[in-house]
Amino acid sequence: MVYFLIFVSAIFVNNIVLSQFLGICPFLGVSKKIDTALGMGAAVTFVLTLATVVTYLLQKLLILWHVEFLQTILFILVIAALVQMIEIVLKKISPSLYQALGVFLPLITTNCCLLGVAILVANGTNKLPLGADHNLLTGTLFALATAIGFALALVLFAGLREQLAMNKIPKAMQGTPIALLTAGLLAMAFMGFSGVV
Amino acid sequence: MNNALKTLTNGLLKENPTFGLVLGMCPTLATTTSAENGMFMGLATMFVLICSNVAISLLKNLIPDKVRIPAFIVVIATFVTMVQLIMQAYLPDIYAVLGLFIPLIVVNCIVLGRAEAFAAKNNVGLSALDGIGMGLGFTCSLTLIGAVRELLGTGCVFGAHLYSDQYAALIFVLAPGAFICLAYLMAAIQKLMAK
Amino acid sequence: MKKLQSTFTNMALSLTIITLVAAAALACVYLFTAAQIEQQKQQAQNAARIAVLCGHEDGTAIEAQADGFGGLIRVMVGFAPDGTILGYEVLEQQETPGLGTHIVEWFKNADKPSQNIIGRPANGHFCVSKDGGDVDAITAATISSRAFLKAINNAYATFMEQQGVQVEAHSGASVMNDSIEKEAHHE
Repeated sequence: MVYFLIFVSAIFVNNIVLSQFLGICPFLGVSKKIDTALGMGAAVTFVLTLATVVTYLLQKLLILWHVEFLQTILFILVIAALVQMIEIVLKKISPSLYQALGVFLPLITTNCCLLGVAILVANGTNKLPLGADHNLLTGTLFALATAIGFALALVLFAGLREQLAMNKIPKAMQGTPIALLTAGLLAMAFMGFSGVV
Repeated sequence: MNNALKTLTNGLLKENPTFGLVLGMCPTLATTTSAENGMFMGLATMFVLICSNVAISLLKNLIPDKVRIPAFIVVIATFVTMVQLIMQAYLPDIYAVLGLFIPLIVVNCIVLGRAEAFAAKNNVGLSALDGIGMGLGFTCSLTLIGAVRELLGTGCVFGAHLYSDQYAALIFVLAPGAFICLAYLMAAIQKLMAK
Repeated sequence: MKKLQSTFTNMALSLTIITLVAAAALACVYLFTAAQIEQQKQQAQNAARIAVLCGHEDGTAIEAQADGFGGLIRVMVGFAPDGTILGYEVLEQQETPGLGTHIVEWFKNADKPSQNIIGRPANGHFCVSKDGGDVDAITAATISSRAFLKAINNAYATFMEQQGVQVEAHSGASVMNDSIEKEAHHE
């Protein structure tokens, strides 16, 4: 039950984009078409879960050696290296998957979702529902759920923007302003979930 | 001299990080619940921007092209961690509010963007000026957004009560208000710039 | 000076040196700020303790927590020896700004006795009026109010436990009075 609640909480109640404001850049940048949104969502889901597991274990080493202040520098390097590695491995193992996700991978390094979630989970400050302990399992599930939440928000938003592209919009509102306004309305809808978990 | 002035004002107006380049949206939306929070977030980013611009323009010839991005990231992350430690030591209240968004300056596109687009090609003086200009532009934008949200959401600006919070629309300090407020501010600025 | 070529040696050397210098610089800043950071934490802790005891030297400050609307609510509560609440401070909360965040001051408003808990004898059963209790909840933030009162009740439970220890120990000395007990679990 608790594991199920982790998903509800991270996907709907505390949606990473719409209520935690992480990963806004890709949210605004690659949300013009549903197809690309799906690709980006899948790539983030994959990398985020993997990166969280790796950084969680590395944090144990940092604590062991009393060098917690190297956290930011180490995590961002690990994430960058991991993204590179995934790109290389994917190219070798599954060219078709690489075709689908490849173009998004370089963009992911500077997606603040990754570093943000990695730091939250490693420090044990990620929001978990009542009665869940902070450990590797809940941390990993949290990362997976958060990534799914990101993908969901991205795809929903892309759907809205595809519709939006066909409408007449006042000149000053064109581009980013109207996208932000739409995101605001979507955030308002997601606010309806608050207090559920 | 003219060139220096142009570099400095470039980030403030023409290529304002928030309203012109639309970069660094995460802290822009997340930390502008009040003018004060927005301002401190801007200042922390500015510090990192100036330091990393200076360091990178000094080191640019020592860094081979193929590894420049990881090298830049290390330099930026170092300054970010310094800000983190200094804030924890001397501004613990502000650090508690900004929290996660201080380490996340590392992945703020403005910092890496300026390192790559400006500091790696220009001398130390100009790079420092570019950092100051961009940093000030970012700080001003965040303070402006923070002030508007605080005013509409709680009836205060920098904590000073301007009208009763009974008439304030709380939504502006919540998540949707961040998006909506930024949307209208950006539209207003686009309109003004177009004239 | 000419730009270094992207040969393998150059790349490895350059990255290693930059990383080492960065780590060394950070270690310096860390050593320089470590004492200050520790002191700030102590100060915050002490300031809260002094605030919740309101100058009563014989009081006990207890830390407790409960799950609120937006996340954990951590409070410090000051108890007089007879269990009267001397004061409280919210140490950590993530409630909705403008609604739930009122827990910080709502329950210590001396002008509104129906919502004020300062000076009341704690009984471990504080409850909002909606649930049949005698404390008025914050308007539009019942869940935050409930969670806050639960944290206060948790603090009282810890306080009673401590008192029990003292009675059993029969040491006579009030060694426990100044200690800050952190409650680990509240489920």
